[in-house]
Amino acid sequence: MTPLLQVENIAKLYGARIGCTDVSFDLYPGEVMGIVGESGSGKSTLLNCLAGHLTPDRGAVRFDTRADGLRDTITMSEPERRMLGRTDWAFVHQHARDGLRMNVSAGGNVGERLMAVNARHYGDIRAEAIDWLGRVEITEDRIDDRPTAFSGGMQQRLQIARNLVTGPRLVFMDEPTGGLDVSVQARLLDLLRGLVREMNLSAIIVTHDLAVVRLLADRLMVMKDGHVIETGLTDQVLDDPQHAYTQLLVSSVLQV
Amino acid sequence: MSDYNFAYLDEQTKRMIRRAILKGLAIPGYQVPFASREMPMPYGWGTGGVQVSAAVLTPDDTFKVIDQGADDTTNAVSIRRFFQKTAGVAVTEATSQASVIQTRHRIPEEELRADQILVYQVPIPEPLRFLEPSEVETRKMHALEEYGLMHVKLYEDISQHGDIATAYAYPVKVEGRYVMDPSPIPKFDNPKLEMAGIQLFGAGREQRIYAIPPYTQVVSLDFDDYPFQPTKADHACDLCGATDSYLDELIVDDAGGRMFMCSDTDYCTSRRKDGHVGAQGVPYKEDAA
Repeated sequence: MTPLLQVENIAKLYGARIGCTDVSFDLYPGEVMGIVGESGSGKSTLLNCLAGHLTPDRGAVRFDTRADGLRDTITMSEPERRMLGRTDWAFVHQHARDGLRMNVSAGGNVGERLMAVNARHYGDIRAEAIDWLGRVEITEDRIDDRPTAFSGGMQQRLQIARNLVTGPRLVFMDEPTGGLDVSVQARLLDLLRGLVREMNLSAIIVTHDLAVVRLLADRLMVMKDGHVIETGLTDQVLDDPQHAYTQLLVSSVLQV
Repeated sequence: MSDYNFAYLDEQTKRMIRRAILKGLAIPGYQVPFASREMPMPYGWGTGGVQVSAAVLTPDDTFKVIDQGADDTTNAVSIRRFFQKTAGVAVTEATSQASVIQTRHRIPEEELRADQILVYQVPIPEPLRFLEPSEVETRKMHALEEYGLMHVKLYEDISQHGDIATAYAYPVKVEGRYVMDPSPIPKFDNPKLEMAGIQLFGAGREQRIYAIPPYTQVVSLDFDDYPFQPTKADHACDLCGATDSYLDELIVDDAGGRMFMCSDTDYCTSRRKDGHVGAQGVPYKEDAA
């Protein structure tokens, strides 16, 4: 079976400082991988390198494209990479306002990716937008409201709808539940888990919240100071942490 | 003649502008950056158009300036006088006699010929600007032909107003490649963008020049189920009776009285000279105005 994403020895340096280094892994279709670690451990740098937002200094990121099979996304041309960015890839930002157009209605936000791949029938675009708003539990009568009129949780759900509308195969998520209160987090996680299973999505989730990866991720990668210090199945890593830092991380979670 | 260099600008500057114009004509719809000069008028009054006109004018040209279709508004009169003084060119109000026409917000009703140049004053040359504030990003979108965002604007129009409510500065795609802002002309004028004359667009403050060569394909963007429709007030001109021209609505008293009249004053006047009279019009007399 070909992996959907093959990452080989990725390194990103900020001058003499290390962003992340020596990261390698394979991600298979339908698999969800979590990346955890403290602030400044290089999780977001790694995610941005994988999603093409940053150019890594070393290494290769090969994606299984529909047309040509595995291709290195770092050396492919910018138009091709941006095309992937709005078709087969999706990127969910921590802050919904980074991923949404705040002065465009909810329907326009969802429809943008469709129009970017040459959908030119208003009725179809709108029907698709209504369908997707429904799937993320936003009622149809909010379709013409701007995201500024939405709560934080709704904005995040709208961002997810906007990203998934073109049926991507790989979703990058940067702290998707950050900044939301726990009950909203729980519903969002529930929704995400449903969508990931239903659409057979592969996803890479960066978070510092162990509960998120426990619920969503099949596999886990623990990072510290730009290095991967432990990998394994989620339950295995969380229940039987081997590395001293992972043990610290797991034991730091507050029990209510 | 006068103490100015011909057409105000120095020869090096005109040469620089002509280069930008030639590049613009070679790549229809592409915004060419140029080193816009300070002109003796405020930004927003046509500094871009004036510089383009200065670069294309020759001593043999006949110059016409219109502002919202009219030859007799402040902006039109002062720009016309400016080139009368600095270039000593002949001026006219008749569209058919002009070889260079500088315009703001309209295309003349009368069809232009291959030996005429139409110069537009452009406030914001970037059609994607109000959706994407970053110039770096919009340039990249033009370069990679990523124009989905333009349709988001039209989508927003339909979802809010039930129809494409954009009535001016309606985005067009030029020769199947670049999406272009045709300057704030009414969308009624969009079909006229495919013409025999050369069309040059100058944005002074934004420092951009772009162009449409003669007989270039210009398509107004739309949706399959909401096709592009040029619109005008559903009236005939009250002065000359024309039904095919773009109309201005004029409030004439405090009792709700109003009249519609051609925005193109030359078109209206020449029709009245030919004996056409509208509902509220009087027969044309030479000294009436």
